Amino acid sequence: MKAHLTRRYMFSASHRLHSDELSEAENRATYGKCNNPYGHGHNYMVEVTVSGPVDDQTGMVCNLVDLDDFVHNEILERCDHQNLNLLEEFAKQVPTTENLCIAVYEIVKRGFDKAHLEKIRIEETMMNSFEYAGEK
Amino acid sequence: MVYLTRKAEFSASHYYHNPDFTPEENQRLFGKCNNPNGHGHNYTLEVTVKGAVDPKSGFVVDLRQLKDVMSREVLDALDHRFLNKEVPEFLTRIPTTENLAIAIWQRLAPKLTATRLHRVRVYETPDLFVDFYGEA
Repeated sequence: MKAHLTRRYMFSASHRLHSDELSEAENRATYGKCNNPYGHGHNYMVEVTVSGPVDDQTGMVCNLVDLDDFVHNEILERCDHQNLNLLEEFAKQVPTTENLCIAVYEIVKRGFDKAHLEKIRIEETMMNSFEYAGEK
Repeated sequence: MVYLTRKAEFSASHYYHNPDFTPEENQRLFGKCNNPNGHGHNYTLEVTVKGAVDPKSGFVVDLRQLKDVMSREVLDALDHRFLNKEVPEFLTRIPTTENLAIAIWQRLAPKLTATRLHRVRVYETPDLFVDFYGEA
């Protein structure tokens, strides 16, 4: 039988929302306080949802240790207490949480093969959250 | 179609062990969860039902009936129990969160005659939950 498993992770990082394609005035108008040149930070909460048949022998969709190891090595180690603007994923993209959601989705989709990735959900603050489930 | 979700909590102990595996395999696969004396969690259960809103009552489901079924079929059987030893489903299946969600669905679905079960979500901890939609 197919089940969905969701695991929550936290990391803290800084970023600045600024687009080279916009003028200084347009950047300020578009991003407001988020355009502050020195950046600012958030405690991000990342939810990873995977799915698959529950294995008869283990009772699991996938071993949580495998998922935790992957997310720690590929996501948290790279993002926690870092400036997101300096990551290669954001060399040419604004590190909005929309783009962060897509970047995390692509990393998990490409590298984690123990279960099917359903979606990534990220809370930037308790007041706003973003979900990406791939292009459908 | 409107969806209604009712939450409940129960506390139970369990451990993960497959008698088909060697002690070493069990330890490698299940880690600390393999401790035969068990360990416990405060589980949160979310039961979501769906249906059309009854024009007379304004309800999707009589909440009292849903609460009664959840108490009788799930909470009375699981709360403050050692799942491996006291709950029939887990005499032969490993009480992972995946299998708990499936077992709870199988307990509730035949009893919820006045509405349709949509999802069973079981939180083992605030950072880990499983969704089961009755999929084969």
